[in-house]
Amino acid sequence: MPTLIKAEHLVKDFPVKGAFLGKKRKFVHAVDDVDISIEEGEVLGLAGESGSGKSTTGRLLIRLVEPSSGRIEYRGRDITGYPKRELEALRAKVQMIFQDPVSSLSPRMSVGEAIGHPLAIHGMRDKAMRKAAVIGMMEKVGLSPAEYLYRKYPHQLSGGQSQRVVIARALVTRPDFVVADEPIAMADVSVRALILQLMRQLKEEMGLTYLFITHDLATAKYLCDRVAIMYLGRIVELATRDELFARPHHPYTKALLAAVPIPDPAARKPKNLPTGEIPSAIDPPSGCHFHPRCPYAMPACSLSRPPLKDLGAKHLSACILE
Amino acid sequence: MTAYESGDPILEIKDLSIAYPISIGTVRAVENVSLSVRKGEVLGIVGESGCGKSTLGLSILKLMKPPGRILSGSIMYKGLDILSMGEKALLDLRGRNIAMIFQNPLTSLDPLVTVKDHFIEAIRVHEPEVRRKDGVARAEAILADLGIEARRLSEYPYQLSGGMRQRIMIGLALILHPDILLADEPTTALDVIVEAGFTELLIKLKRQYDLTVLLISHNLGLVAEMADRIAVMYGGRIVELAPVEDIFSRPLHPYTRGLMACVPNILLEQKELLAMPASPPDLVDAPAGCPFAPRCPEAMDICRIKTPTLASYGGPRAACWLYERNP
Amino acid sequence: MDKAQLDVRPEAARFSPAAGLARLFGRFSAAARRYRIEWWILVAGVFVIGFIAFMTLFPGIFTVYSPLDQNAGTQLAKPSAGHVMGIDNLGRDIGARVVYGARTILGVAIAAALLSAFIGIPLGLVSGFAGNWLDKVLSLVMDSVYSFPGLILAIAFAAMLGPGVINITLAVSVVYIPTYFRLVRGQTLSIKEELYVEAARSIGASRGVILAKYIFPNVIATVVVVFSLNIADAIMTEAALSYIGLGLPAGIPDWGMDLAMGKKFLPSGVWWMITYPGMMIMMLALGFTMLGEGLSEILNPRLQEY
Repeated sequence: MPTLIKAEHLVKDFPVKGAFLGKKRKFVHAVDDVDISIEEGEVLGLAGESGSGKSTTGRLLIRLVEPSSGRIEYRGRDITGYPKRELEALRAKVQMIFQDPVSSLSPRMSVGEAIGHPLAIHGMRDKAMRKAAVIGMMEKVGLSPAEYLYRKYPHQLSGGQSQRVVIARALVTRPDFVVADEPIAMADVSVRALILQLMRQLKEEMGLTYLFITHDLATAKYLCDRVAIMYLGRIVELATRDELFARPHHPYTKALLAAVPIPDPAARKPKNLPTGEIPSAIDPPSGCHFHPRCPYAMPACSLSRPPLKDLGAKHLSACILE
Repeated sequence: MTAYESGDPILEIKDLSIAYPISIGTVRAVENVSLSVRKGEVLGIVGESGCGKSTLGLSILKLMKPPGRILSGSIMYKGLDILSMGEKALLDLRGRNIAMIFQNPLTSLDPLVTVKDHFIEAIRVHEPEVRRKDGVARAEAILADLGIEARRLSEYPYQLSGGMRQRIMIGLALILHPDILLADEPTTALDVIVEAGFTELLIKLKRQYDLTVLLISHNLGLVAEMADRIAVMYGGRIVELAPVEDIFSRPLHPYTRGLMACVPNILLEQKELLAMPASPPDLVDAPAGCPFAPRCPEAMDICRIKTPTLASYGGPRAACWLYERNP
Repeated sequence: MDKAQLDVRPEAARFSPAAGLARLFGRFSAAARRYRIEWWILVAGVFVIGFIAFMTLFPGIFTVYSPLDQNAGTQLAKPSAGHVMGIDNLGRDIGARVVYGARTILGVAIAAALLSAFIGIPLGLVSGFAGNWLDKVLSLVMDSVYSFPGLILAIAFAAMLGPGVINITLAVSVVYIPTYFRLVRGQTLSIKEELYVEAARSIGASRGVILAKYIFPNVIATVVVVFSLNIADAIMTEAALSYIGLGLPAGIPDWGMDLAMGKKFLPSGVWWMITYPGMMIMMLALGFTMLGEGLSEILNPRLQEY
C-alpha cells in the first residue's frame, strides 16, 4: 500500500518558560529526531509513558504543532511549509481524536453544531445538507436517536456518547488519516471496548488510516498492525504487532511489557522492573536515554545515541545489544 | 458496642445505603451493601464510574461531603459503630486505625510543606507530645521501607516525581501503623512502569505492616495482582463477591462476565473484545428490580420486578436470579 | 452489532418539549429549593428593577404632574395627600421628578454599560487571544485606566466633555471599559488553553472563527453577571456626577441633581427634597446588584458538590 504520511527527522523543542534572563534558555526536547512512515490503511500504534513525546509527535504529523525542524509529507507532497490556506484545506483530510471528550467539545456548542462545524469550514454552506450529513454520521457512530441527541449539549451526554461525538466530528469530512490521541484513556472499562470496536468498524467502512497513540500496550496489541515504542522523545523500537509482542528487543520495551497489569490472578509473577523513574526531558541522559535504568547498560550506551537497527522482518530497535 | 474477638471480621458493613440529593432528584449511590472484611485480607472493590465504590470507601471513614447522607446501615470496626461515632472519636480513628490514600498525590500533598514536616504533622495529629527528633526518625524508617532516600525529607512535593509522591502518601498513611488501609484508585494517575513498582511496594508493605487492605479500583489488572477477594459493584450494589480466582476464571454475574470479556489481556490473542451495550444505570430513577437488567443479555421477567440480593450457597456469591433457587 | 441499542440514556424515552421546559423550570425551582437566599435575592432584584422599569414606561400611572412644572404647588411644601413626596424649592412636585428621573438615570446607566461592554469585550478577546505586543500594550493602557478611582476619572471626562446626555454617558462608560476588558481577557487566556480550542484548530477553523464561535460563547456567561453589577455602579456614578453639577442640563429631571439641591435645604428642616431621590438611587442600584449577585450564584453555583 502507498505511504500516506511520512515524517523525517522531526524535532520539537518547547522553550521552558521563566528561564533566567541572560542565562541559556532551557528547552523541553519533546520530540528528538523521529522518523515515521505510515502506510495507507494501516493502524500504527505509538506507545509510551508520559514524557515520551507520543502526543506531540501525533500533533506534529498534522501540523497542529509546528515542528522545530524536520519534514512532513502527505501523499508524497511536502506539507511542512504549507501556508495557512493550504493547511486549512488539508485539515479536511487529516483529523484528530482527542483524549478527553468532555474538554475537547465546547460546552456552548450543541452536538449538531460541533459535528457540523468542520463541514461549514470546508465549504458546505447549505444548512439542510449539513444537518443531513451530520445525522448520517451520528448514526454511523452509534449516536442514536440522532435527531434527539443532535440538540444536546456535551454536559448532557455520557462519556461514551461524548467520545462518539468527537469521533463523528473528526470523520464527518471523510478524512484519510486520523490521529487518535489516547481516545479511550478516560472512558469507563466497558465503554472502551465499544469505542475500540467502533474505531475498527469505521476504519473498514471508511478506509481510514490511524495513528493510535496510547500508554496501554494491551490495547495497542488489540488494535494495531504495527507498534512503535517511544521513550523520552525517541522511537526505541518499531515492529509489526506480532513481532513486537512475541520478540521484544529493546530493554525498555521488555520492561513495559513486563509491567502491564494482567487481568488474571494466575499470571502473578515477579517483574524485574527497571530502577528509577523517567528522567526530565529538559536534561535527558546522554547517549541512549534509557541507559541509567537499563539492566544491560554498557559503557558505550552513554556515549552516543544508538541508531534504529534493522533486525530483519521489518523489526527496528535502537539498542546496541544483539 | 459489641465485643470484638480476634476471629471476627475486622470491618463489618451491614445494609449500608447512602444517597445524595441533586437538582433532579436523589442519587442512590450505595444501596443495601453488606460486606465482611477479614483481618489481613486484601479486598478489591471493582466497578466503573458511578457504581458507588468511591462513595462506599469514603463512608468507611465518614468522609462523604454533604449533601451526601447515610440512609441506613452500620459500619462496625472491631465492634465499634463508625457511623455513630462523634467527631472527636472519628478524628482519632482516621489515620491511627484506618488510613486512606487517594488517586492524585499532587493535590493530596501540601506544596508549601516539606516531606519531613508532612510526616511530623501526621504523627502529631494523634501523638502531640512526640518530639521532632523522634518524628524525623520514624519518618526516616518508613522512607527506607518505601525505597526512598532519606535526603528527600527536606524536599518539597514539587521536587518529587509522581511515583515518589504516591509513595510518600502511603508512608503518611502507614506512619501510625493502622490496621486498615483504604486505597481509592491509587495507581490511576501513574505511568505503567511506576504503577507496577507501586503495586509491588503495596504488596510488600501489606505483609510487613500486617495490613488489611480495601483496594477500590476500576483497573482489573491491578486487583488481579493484589486482591484475595473481589466485590464487583454495579448501580450502587454489590453484584458479585468471591475469591479472586473465581471472579476471573468463573464469573457468575452477567455483568462480571461482560466486564471480563471486554478487557484486553496482553498475554492472550484476542480477536474480538465483546462489548456490552452501553447504557449506564440511572441512579436517580432506578427501575425496579436488578440494576443491570436493562443491559443484561440474560435478563428474565423476574429481573425487572424483584431486586436480587447476594445469595450465599457456598462458593461464589452473585446477586442474580440465574442462581437463586427461589426467586 | 445492533447500534440502535447502544448508548441510549434512560431519559431518551422521555424526550419531548414539555420535558425540556420542565427541566428549565426544574433548574430554577431547584435553585429556589436549595439556594434559598440567592433565589430570593434574585427575585427581590428583579422585582425592584421591574417596578422601576414599569415606572419609566408608564409614568402616567404614578403621577399626574410634570417634573418641569414649577407651579405644581407651593414651594417647599411638606409631603401631603396631594403631593406624596412634597414640593421642591422651585415648586415642582418631587414625586413627578422621581418618576421621570428614573428614565434619565436608567437610560444613562444602561447606555454607558452597553458602551463599555461593546468596547471592552472585543478588546479583551483580541488581547487575550493574541497574547503578543498588542496584549501588552492594551493591558498597560487598561490597567492604567483601571487604577484610577472611578469617580475621579468620570469627573475628569465629564469636565472635559462638558454637559449633555451623550457626554455624561461617555464619561461614565470610560470608567468601566477596563472591567470588561480584564474579565474577558482573563477568561480568554484560560479558555485559549482548553482542548476544544485545539480541536477547533484541528478541524481547520481560522483564528477569527475560533474567537467568535468557541471562545466568545464560553466567556459571555460571566459577562452577564458583571453587566448587571456594572449598571448598579454606573447608576451611582451618574448620580454622583449630577450631584457635583457636571451632569445634565437643567431641563432634564435627574435624581443626582435633585440630591444636590435637596442638600442645600436640609439644614432648614426640608428633608423630603433629598430623601426621596436618595432612596430611589439606592433602591435602583441595590436592585441591579441583587440581580447580579443572585444570577451569579444560580448560574455558577459554588455549592455543586457531587
